[in-house]
Amino acid sequence: MGNNAVFRVHGLRKSFGHIEVLGGVSLDLHAGEVTVLMGANGAGKSTLVKIISGVYERGGGTMSLAGHDFAPEDFAPNTPAEAIRAGVVTVHQNINDGVVADLDVATNLTLDRLSGSGAPTLFNPGRVRREAKVVADRMGLAIDLKARISDLSLADRQLVAIARAMAHQPKVLILDEPTSSLSSAEADRLFALLDRLREHGVAILYISHRMSDIRRLADRIVSMRDGVISGVFDRKPLDYEGAVNAMLGRKIHLDRIVARNSAKPVLTIDGLRIAEGSSAISLTLGDGEVVAITGLVGVGKTALAETLFGVRKPLSGTMVLNGKPYAPGSTGEAIAAGVFLVAKDRGENGIVGDFNIQENISLPFHRRMSRLGVLNRRIERATARHQIQELGIVCRSEKDEMSALSGGNQQKVMVARWMSQAAKLFILDEPFQGVDISARRDIAAKLRASANGRATLLFVTELDEALETADRILVMSEQTIVGEHRNADIDLERLLAEVAGGPLHSAA
Amino acid sequence: MSSGWVRMAAARDHAIRYGFIVLLFGLIAYFAVAADGFVSPQSAVFIFQSVAITGVLALGVTATLVVGGFDLSIGSVATSAMMAAAYVMVVLEQNAVVAVVACLAIGVIVGLINGWLIVYMRVPDLLATLGMMFLLVGLQRIPTEGRSIATGMTMPDGSVANGTFGAAFLALGRHRFDFFIPNLIPVSVVVLLVLAVMIWFFLEYTRFGRMMYAVGSNERAAELAGAPVKAYKIWAYVISGVFASIGGILLAARLGRGDIASGNNLLLDAVAAALIGYAVLGAAKPNAFGTAVGAVFVGVLLQGLTMMNAPYYTQDFIKGLVLVVALVFTFALSGRGKR
Repeated sequence: MGNNAVFRVHGLRKSFGHIEVLGGVSLDLHAGEVTVLMGANGAGKSTLVKIISGVYERGGGTMSLAGHDFAPEDFAPNTPAEAIRAGVVTVHQNINDGVVADLDVATNLTLDRLSGSGAPTLFNPGRVRREAKVVADRMGLAIDLKARISDLSLADRQLVAIARAMAHQPKVLILDEPTSSLSSAEADRLFALLDRLREHGVAILYISHRMSDIRRLADRIVSMRDGVISGVFDRKPLDYEGAVNAMLGRKIHLDRIVARNSAKPVLTIDGLRIAEGSSAISLTLGDGEVVAITGLVGVGKTALAETLFGVRKPLSGTMVLNGKPYAPGSTGEAIAAGVFLVAKDRGENGIVGDFNIQENISLPFHRRMSRLGVLNRRIERATARHQIQELGIVCRSEKDEMSALSGGNQQKVMVARWMSQAAKLFILDEPFQGVDISARRDIAAKLRASANGRATLLFVTELDEALETADRILVMSEQTIVGEHRNADIDLERLLAEVAGGPLHSAA
Repeated sequence: MSSGWVRMAAARDHAIRYGFIVLLFGLIAYFAVAADGFVSPQSAVFIFQSVAITGVLALGVTATLVVGGFDLSIGSVATSAMMAAAYVMVVLEQNAVVAVVACLAIGVIVGLINGWLIVYMRVPDLLATLGMMFLLVGLQRIPTEGRSIATGMTMPDGSVANGTFGAAFLALGRHRFDFFIPNLIPVSVVVLLVLAVMIWFFLEYTRFGRMMYAVGSNERAAELAGAPVKAYKIWAYVISGVFASIGGILLAARLGRGDIASGNNLLLDAVAAALIGYAVLGAAKPNAFGTAVGAVFVGVLLQGLTMMNAPYYTQDFIKGLVLVVALVFTFALSGRGKR
């Protein structure tokens, strides 16, 4: 096995500031094999890819790329162009980075040759089309070469981007979550192309969370966690659950919580469908209960959170909140009904950068703090001070800029914002993202301590976070709920099996 | 060593905060010495009067800057309103109230169309309002086939327009209130002050103003906090359109005719005032008080230069220079631009 490794990474390290992102990663890629790389957010996958593709400089370790004579040569690209010339091609997650939307397919397929040195000065459309046809035929690409990229579907654009990459005849192809915006029929076309490349002897590194992709493609699975490889699985049949397990980590904490039961339902969801072709979701959330919904990235957690908060509408189904029908048409209506959401990715969806702590906390509740439209700043300040106390936000005063706070304290401000008024249903989407362990403990403790009088619903990818915080854990897969566990004597094997694909789909 | 650093940082903070105010007073002191008769109530009123119209426009465009947009059509809205006022009174022979209502209606309609283009048609703000500017520049010339409007003019069909600007309307541009000295404060200055206080209060103290700032800083976060973001953006353009049309009314009242060639500098001066306003008191964001100071700053500069007999063609250059310096104050020194 050792001598057919085309590409080898050994002891790769990388730090940003004093934070170590990669702590010595070693990885082999073999010709004619698809290696799937799995890892939760922040595990270090994209950093690894960016070092290999020449975007980042490595902090330590070696990389070698075997030449035709299988003599390993040191591989240290300084730019993406160098990596491509050496034979390592990366197709990034954002499809539109790989194609030029305003040009036609033929020009896109030959773009690198057109822009490379030694390219003819004059543009010869006939020759471009002839060269493009060679590339397209080799890939079995059946797309009109004269079509403009912007007129193509996402899947076709993706195929063009890959075909363009393959024009360099790479030894190594890296795909970063290539199916994240494709439908399953579209993904099938991509897989057919990848099968073809595998037969041509290309070593493929495929990064994905989608279990269906992984089952379809993987020859080997490598799991990453906290900047190191936490598991390599290459014995057939592949141990998918083990891979998920290694990726999520399975540390059972001794300070387990005491799970509570709730008698009084707050929110009842019946037959809710959030995506085309997915199964319906039905569940009940009770007063005083903290429920966590866990599942891999892309299984619909955020879509469900946004549906509950009025950002998007369900395809079908009904919701009942405290005995009354609940169908929010906007975020404003959801907030008025007492449903609050701490959205994930606070920088993007939560923090107003020009506002200080006090103004960030009061943001959704201006109406309740105003008379005749005039904001009562005394109430606003008192609320902010109270919340800073309650959540233990470390700051000089409520007038501090958000940018002066650490990630954990910024997240506390986001939670404080929505805890400053009483909620009926309190939703938190990835509330522990980019939050240090002590802030995470603080927030979790606060959520549990204040849980009475409302239902609390968390969406988390990390299983540990669910185990630390929730009374009940639901598992989500393929846009629906596939499992339910009371957080006491949990059958972790079953839970992980559900995360990895769900018993509903294991037959497929 | 470290205390030196702290002192330097504090000094820089002060420079950012008070730099422009100090510069303004420095400028006034300089002109007071260098230009005869610069320090007098009449001179002050003249400065205020010259900035009244651009100031009103600048306050309006501030509202669009607050929501993260921009309105390039304000100058042409003002001139369109001026032409409309003249047309209503001179050609249609209506009274001052009808003229004012017609002008305000133009402001509202243009604001709604701008907002609709930007919010629903997803046209980038600069392009949408640039297009609207061209459209209005052309539209205002159509009713008179490109001629200015004045009493006694011959219409395209050969008839003579006999209407006149009503006395009440002209008073908006020409009447002066007594203030210690008889006939001192022009109506336009009062209008500017009232509108400045209104928009300042609106932006700083009402929940609507606060939410507009939130929309400008992080639209997605504002939406997830329950704000009707689209409505706020459209309202900002309506405010901008209405303020611009008020500027147009004042312009028509001052000129007493619909002059096709006037109002060329309105856009540049108003935008300069609003952007200079970013630097006032280290706000580093659009704000009504800063805009007012910015407008006065531009007015003092031009009045001083005029009194010192600087040629007119140097004035645009100096305005531009001041604007660039103000933008450096805002973005480079305060570090806000790095975001």
